[in-house]
Amino acid sequence: MPDMAALAHPQQRQFNPYSENGGTILAIAGADFSVIAGDTRQSEGYSIQTRYAPKVFRLTDRAVLAVNGFAADGNMFVKKVKQRLEWYRHAHAKDMPLRAIARLIQTMLYARRFFPYYVYNILGGIEEDGTGAVYSFDPVGSYEREACRAAGAASSLVQPFLDNQIYFKNQRPAAGTSHPAHLPLPTVLSIVIDSFTSATERHIEVGDGLEMYVVLAKGRTLQGLEGIRGMQELTATEDGERVFIVRRDLKRD
Amino acid sequence: MNTFVQRFAESSATKQILAGNASVVEDDDFSDAAWGSEAGFGSLAKGVPSFMIPSVPDPASFLRLHTDDHADPSCRIKIQHGTTTLAFRFQGGVIVAVDSRATAGSYVASGTVKKVIEINPYLLGTMAGGAADCQYWETYLGMHCRLHELRNRERISVSAASKYLSNLVYSYKGMGLSMGTMICGWDKTGPAVFYVDSDGTRLKGDLFSVGSGSTFAYGVLDQGYRWDLTDAEAQELGRRSIYAAGHRDAFSGNTCNLYHVKENGWEFIGNYDITSLHYDGPGNVAGSPGHGYGYELRVEGHSASNPPPEVAQAITAEA
Repeated sequence: MPDMAALAHPQQRQFNPYSENGGTILAIAGADFSVIAGDTRQSEGYSIQTRYAPKVFRLTDRAVLAVNGFAADGNMFVKKVKQRLEWYRHAHAKDMPLRAIARLIQTMLYARRFFPYYVYNILGGIEEDGTGAVYSFDPVGSYEREACRAAGAASSLVQPFLDNQIYFKNQRPAAGTSHPAHLPLPTVLSIVIDSFTSATERHIEVGDGLEMYVVLAKGRTLQGLEGIRGMQELTATEDGERVFIVRRDLKRD
Repeated sequence: MNTFVQRFAESSATKQILAGNASVVEDDDFSDAAWGSEAGFGSLAKGVPSFMIPSVPDPASFLRLHTDDHADPSCRIKIQHGTTTLAFRFQGGVIVAVDSRATAGSYVASGTVKKVIEINPYLLGTMAGGAADCQYWETYLGMHCRLHELRNRERISVSAASKYLSNLVYSYKGMGLSMGTMICGWDKTGPAVFYVDSDGTRLKGDLFSVGSGSTFAYGVLDQGYRWDLTDAEAQELGRRSIYAAGHRDAFSGNTCNLYHVKENGWEFIGNYDITSLHYDGPGNVAGSPGHGYGYELRVEGHSASNPPPEVAQAITAEA
């Protein structure tokens, strides 16, 4: 016997396949390098699901993708991008150039225009001309090349800091000097670390661990990077672009 | 009755929905071409690109539920909105001017958006509404313009290109696309501007402005517009109109991108910071007034709160 009392009232159901898993990602492009970083906390509401869920992924020797938003969509999306890049490798016997990966990501996101992936993507790496590049995407695929971009839960905390420290917004150079066009790698790494420690202090969904990927252009020396604690090289050879990862702890409370 | 109407009024897009509902299809049934360079966007083999559609009775309301940030600011997927764009035809060609701000709710998501889409060397499109919708479909339009050239050995007219776009978005009517665009170019008939939006409207005209700041831009534009504007005057009018919108509309601002379409294709004139336009003007460029656009300059010494120097002196002497 069905519950007649419940049936007497109108009921509404809806299909809600999305969730929000917190965290923040960020990428900064230099003259001949690119840094792509993300924290490793994954949460839903006020509870932490895991303290180590990577949000930043190496795609090729010169492209790194950071994904933020709904983790299930994000992981699936990265999986499909990697598959398409592998197909490209088999067809052309080379890695897809960065600007082509950017366009690929646009079409893959837009193919879900009516059932979007709830993900904010930031693609970082080295362009074919050897310059560092960052591409940022909205969930349905509009994209733009930029010098730096923060996305995710604490983006509104981090982006203004980046605007000030990278673009020198609202800063006036001292008399007789000018702002540098590109920042050196050690400076950029300190800015990234500071961004995440500060975001961890002020945002509950950010913390636990920090993963920073560094992509160096072909022929660029490590200068200033040798002493970095916890650095690990991911590429096997030194004659192409090189990818490094730097891991740091963030506060776990 | 509704279902009866729907049965006989279906567009190709609604056909897709029905197909999507008929069976849960795998979203990526790639052809063999996907292994090679024809994969993805460039693949016109299947005609119009295919989209994955959620298997719910009403996909459009599903999308609205999760993306429309006007009705529900708490919804998850924020699509960037807020814009001022303008384009006008005059004796020397077409001027296209836009701002560069993208907002998600009240957050300034970006201040460096390229809202002029370079479809090809002689066609420009502007971006208002959904950023991805405009970027994607205008790039797609660019591919078809190239195919038209290869098939017909001549460039596509602005009229035909804009109609291609308007028919395309019309087939998706009601599914949640959002775009208001001006297709600008120079063809056999001379300079041309067409307004196309996602409702299916397509209008030919001399002067259009689209977006939340359009009313402010129209104010300046209408007041200064003439057919026989010189190139310098026209460029200055475009710049000045976007400045006005950036100044008065909270959802527009940051910088102004200015393009000029001439007989041999478009030319990028410059990028101007709107704050700098206010205080210092556009700098040493054609049509520049040589000073800032802000009205402080013009009212200086003309009001009680900002009196002429000699009156100000007298007041200080009295006190």
